[in-house]
Amino acid sequence: MRAVDALMECLKAEGVDVVFGLPGGANLPTYDAFYDAGIRHILVRHEAGGGHAAEGYAKATGKVGVALATSGPGATNLVTPICDAMMDSVPVVFITGQVRTELLGTDGFQEADTIGITMPVVKHSLMIQHPLEIPRGLHEAFHIARTGRPGPVVVDIPQDLSRADIPYEPVSDVHLPGYQPTTEGNQKQIRIAAKALANARRPIIYAGGGVVAANAAAELTELATSDRFPVTCTVMGLGGFPGTHEQWLGMLGMHGTRAANYAMDEADLICAIGARFDDRVTGKLSEFAPRAKFIHIDVDPAEISKNVPAHIPIVGDAKNILPRLTAEYRALAADPARLEEWWSRIRVWQERHPLRYEDSTDSEIKPQYMIQALYEATGGDAIVTSDVGQHQMWAAQYYHFPRPRRWINSGGLGTMGFGLPAAMGAKVGCPDQTVVCIAGDGSVQMNTQELATCSQEGIAIKVFIMNNGYLGMVRQWQELFWDKRYSHVEMGQWPDFVKLAEAYGATGLRLEDKNTLVADMKEAVALDGPVLVDVRVTREENTYPMIPAGQPARNMVG
Amino acid sequence: MGEPATKEVLSLDELEAAGGLRTGRKHILSILVENKPGVLTRIAGLFARRGFNIDTLAVGPTDDERISRITLTLDGALHPIDQVTKQLHKLVNVLKIRDLEPRETLARELALFKVSADGAGRAEVMQLCEIFRGKVVDVTKRSIVIELTGTFEKVDAFEQLVRPFGLIEMARTGEIAIARGRSET
Ligand SMILES: Cc1ncc(C[n+]2csc(CCOP(=O)(O)OP(=O)(O)O)c2C)c(N)n1
Ligand SMILES: [Mg+2]
Repeated sequence: MRAVDALMECLKAEGVDVVFGLPGGANLPTYDAFYDAGIRHILVRHEAGGGHAAEGYAKATGKVGVALATSGPGATNLVTPICDAMMDSVPVVFITGQVRTELLGTDGFQEADTIGITMPVVKHSLMIQHPLEIPRGLHEAFHIARTGRPGPVVVDIPQDLSRADIPYEPVSDVHLPGYQPTTEGNQKQIRIAAKALANARRPIIYAGGGVVAANAAAELTELATSDRFPVTCTVMGLGGFPGTHEQWLGMLGMHGTRAANYAMDEADLICAIGARFDDRVTGKLSEFAPRAKFIHIDVDPAEISKNVPAHIPIVGDAKNILPRLTAEYRALAADPARLEEWWSRIRVWQERHPLRYEDSTDSEIKPQYMIQALYEATGGDAIVTSDVGQHQMWAAQYYHFPRPRRWINSGGLGTMGFGLPAAMGAKVGCPDQTVVCIAGDGSVQMNTQELATCSQEGIAIKVFIMNNGYLGMVRQWQELFWDKRYSHVEMGQWPDFVKLAEAYGATGLRLEDKNTLVADMKEAVALDGPVLVDVRVTREENTYPMIPAGQPARNMVG
Repeated sequence: MGEPATKEVLSLDELEAAGGLRTGRKHILSILVENKPGVLTRIAGLFARRGFNIDTLAVGPTDDERISRITLTLDGALHPIDQVTKQLHKLVNVLKIRDLEPRETLARELALFKVSADGAGRAEVMQLCEIFRGKVVDVTKRSIVIELTGTFEKVDAFEQLVRPFGLIEMARTGEIAIARGRSET
């Protein structure tokens, strides 16, 4: 059979039911195979849209996403999603076409060194050098993408090799001597961690995207509620612990709550789970959590002690480790009363510094209110994707994600334009769920073309643009730290998003009145097909509270 | 958002790399990798990207044709070695990494020195060569080429000594290393 037909068989064997891509010369054979392979292929309008859609699909479903592109410009258009998937540990297999082997290295038409260009931003990549490598290579790619710390894998296939006639045999085992992720977690270390928790007087659980990736949210709640451990999550971890729980302190970090950041600052023990001490969380590293000892649970040993030295490192899968940690902890029968004092301190912070904003006195929509309204309109349980900027932070603050895989954003790379295609992918993966995108008026313009894809494929996403007419987050920084010298952040009133939506075959709406916002949003969500809603909000509102970059958490402002 | 948070101009000192766990000594890493195209690029790229500086690098076959050995040395005063090895481990084609204990390691490099030797110095250079158990491998009227093996430090010492005689050029392989005793490196 043709190598490309074998490729289809591999995709099926991996359980792939949908891929996102766009064809070109170098992957013509692959596209010929798609013609009757029986795998759903979604034709995107830009490869970056396809890449982010595959990420959204993967994040919403927990399965491996697949994105395809041709050689050269097709592949380079995938660089941003590949890097994004790397930073946020998203399992995606990217399959790129490459020029024929005889043209390799000759600057042939549409030749780009895809493997070289993407090397710094992949979990792994492979260039197919013989058609017989295609089946095994593909299975290896899926295996690597999904196991250990998940991430992107690029498979680059020269056009001529994909046309070769090869015998196909299903590959059932993958053997990679240099790749053996540790998942177990050392029992002795787990016991030491349990003891540390039992002895702590001011403990806090700091959970990241790893908890979501490991499908360990229930196990995290078990641990947290085995006593009254306060819990905070990173922007990637939201939903890993219920956002309405009594022990929930809110998100931490640059735009986290004061309660979460102050608790980190004063903690005597921080139990980090699937989190990586990013600078957006630690602020000034040398003054981060000065009194704390650290338990660090992570499947990637390289994250442990990378930024903050761990006293009790535990390498492994959170899903495997957390129940054992909970059991060990329970066996110690620690006295919950020892946490009373800590909680009363935390309650003071929570009461004194709740998330707050000054609401408008007229019909103006405050951006924070927009998120609250959306929370209400969707019953608090939609899959929410977001772009990057102020709206993202407000969404993280005000939409209290009840469970994992409901909040899909670009945290590590901070990719504007992520939200809309990610919503598209999430909706394809979870067709029965309400999928909304909280978009920025700036960000959304980086990938609006995918609305055409949504219309063509009947992908009913609801995109709510928080339209402040600015690259708002940059404007905020210019206001606060650069003497309000607004340099190239004003967007003007273009495009007309309602007309744009209509041009793409979607429904376009404009909402400007706070008083009817919840009802209007409900209606928008209930509409058939893709909907783009231009929500006009206060133009110069700032995202608070905030730890100014490079400063310690204590110095939160706003 | 781009940093810094304030519009203050940063001095070059302030831009210096942040700290980490530093051992303060030279480290020799022996890395077994799959003998596949692009593996060296991945390793070199990783070092460049993470700001690790390689002092020397030697690549060659092992007794198993599917596996190559990369020996590289780097300065533990400048780099958190632990982070270096952990990051290397994440490369799928990397099979094994040993951070060799200096005392339990045999390390050697090969060097070729081309020294000008037209006058009185010639005899002296030859004498140095002998003391260092080097070998003269090429002689012309005006120059000699000396082949020398030894530890990095020995080769360094020899270089210092012959330099005053007129070192025309020098080529060094960088160290390769193997563990002492019966056990595998
Ligand atoms: C691709 C890309 N370019 C630039 C940036 C820098 N950046 C971060 S937030 C932001 C403003 C985004 O504006 P908008 O989407 O309107 O969101 P807002 O902050 O106004 O809510 C910019 C330009 C980025 N994150 N990504
Ligand atoms: Mg904006």
